[in-house]
Order: sequence, then structure tokens, then C-alpha cells
Amino acid sequence: MRFLFLNGFFLGLKRRARRVGAGLLILAAVVAALPAQALTAADQLAAYAAQSGQTPQTAPGQAFFTAKHGNEWTCASCHTAKPTVEGKHASTGKAIRPMAPAANPERFTDAAKTEKWFRRNCNDVLGRECAPAEKADVLAWLLTLKP
Amino acid sequence: MKTHTTALRLRTALLVGLSALGFASGAQADFGRSNPAPLPLYKTECAACHIAYPAGMLSAPSWQQLMIGLPKHFGTDASLDTATAKPISAWLQANAGTGRRFSDAPPDNRISKSSWFVRQHDEVSTAVFKRASVGGAANCGACHGHAPEGNFNEHEVRIPK
Repeated sequence: MRFLFLNGFFLGLKRRARRVGAGLLILAAVVAALPAQALTAADQLAAYAAQSGQTPQTAPGQAFFTAKHGNEWTCASCHTAKPTVEGKHASTGKAIRPMAPAANPERFTDAAKTEKWFRRNCNDVLGRECAPAEKADVLAWLLTLKP
Repeated sequence: MKTHTTALRLRTALLVGLSALGFASGAQADFGRSNPAPLPLYKTECAACHIAYPAGMLSAPSWQQLMIGLPKHFGTDASLDTATAKPISAWLQANAGTGRRFSDAPPDNRISKSSWFVRQHDEVSTAVFKRASVGGAANCGACHGHAPEGNFNEHEVRIPK
């Protein structure tokens, strides 16, 4: 009798474990499938660093941001040399909110948006896409800036 | 007697109706206050660098060419992914300007080079457009304070020094 009871108990345990396990799996799948929107600036930096296979460097990041790369504009042309303040579109004059996450917490919280603007602006400044190492360096430097 | 009153009523209704139409088309002519609110996605994606130019300011073919040419958008890369571009294009096509005024596309599909624009601004000299405070003919908001809301009422224009 007791054996049967214990057997039933363990069976129930197995079923419960399976359900919990399945639930965890589903949760993991959902989290993995979450759009990139959920990332923080630190997460995005880590992702670019991983992609580049290098350690991000802040000084090269600053140099990259303020230098010309073969075309008329630098990143600083619109975003200023120290983007803890508002920038201004070099062509239209439209105000651009600060790039440094410490000055503007919205920055680098939407990976799709980050990638879109890197694509466009690197094409304008460099005539090509920025490499992951370049993005990582720039982001690492921006994260050091305090308003 | 009854028919006389009915005739009078009909005539009044006709007059009111026609003048209402007249006011509406008059406002349309200078894009006064008749611009529909922009598609939120259009505002997000297309007003990051400049104001949300009303869809009615260009013809459908002009908008189509602009959307295709986004990677080289007046000297800059304004490219969009297909999924985002599609609804914006659809909205632009549906709300584009129509009629005789849009029979000829302006050079580069540039609003400020449209013949209607030039006519509307014929009292504004090149020197005024060149002022630093104005920043060019594409910068509507410099003189039209309510341009971001699609209101270009000429009676509310303030040209900065």
C-alpha cells in the first residue's frame, strides 16, 4: 500500500518537474527571441566587443569620433566633440539630444536603432559601415563621459 | 409661399456649401491648416533630421523616388529597412499632392524648388533664405513656427533677423 502511495507521489513529482522544466524552456525561448530592444548600453558594448574579438579602447574611440575619415563630416560635426550636450545636424540645424548615455539614458537601449544610425552615419562619415571594433571603441568612450 | 421658402433655403445651403468648399481649397492652396496629422512612423523616421514635411507637398511619383533614393538623401544616408519603409511609402502615396500643381516634379524632388513653393515665397529674397537664423528654404520652422504641426498659415509667419 505504502509502496503504491510512494510510487504515486514520485510519479506526480516527475510530472510536476516536467511541467516546470517545460515552462523554463519556454521562458528561455521567449527571452532568447526577445527583440534586441531590451538591451542596455553595457549589453550593446559587450556585443560589439564580442563581435570584434578585441577589448574596447576608449582613447581610440574618442580619436575615431573626432577625426575626419575621408569625407567632410566627423561624428563630432553633428554630435559635438564631447556629446554630453545637445548636438546640431550639420545640414539641417535640427537639435540632436546628447549621445553620452550618462547625459541621455535613452541612448543605446534599442539595438536596432543603434545599428540603423551606425549604418547611416558611418556611410556618411567613412563611406562604409563601421567595424565592430570601431563601434565598440566609440561606445566604450561615450560610456566614460559624464555631464 | 412654401416653395419660395424652400427655394430660399436651398439657395442659402448652396451658398454656404460652396463657400465652405472655397475656404477648404483656399487653405489647401497655401497648405495653411489643412495638413492631416502625419503617420506616427513617418514622424519618427522622417523627422529626426528635419520637420515632417506634409505628404501633400509632393506628388506620389516624387515621394516614390525619394523613398527609393534614401541612401543618398540630399547628401546623406537616410536608408530604412524594407519593413519600416513599406508603411511609410504607402501612407505617402495615399496622402500625396494631386492636381495640376503637381504635374511637374521639382528638380531633385525638392519641395523648396516646386513652382508652387517659389510662387508662395516670391516676396522672400534669396538673402533672407541665406540668413543664419533662417538656414535655407528647407528649414520651414525658422519662419513658420507651427510647421512641425503641419500649420503654415501665412498670417503667423515671423521671419527672424
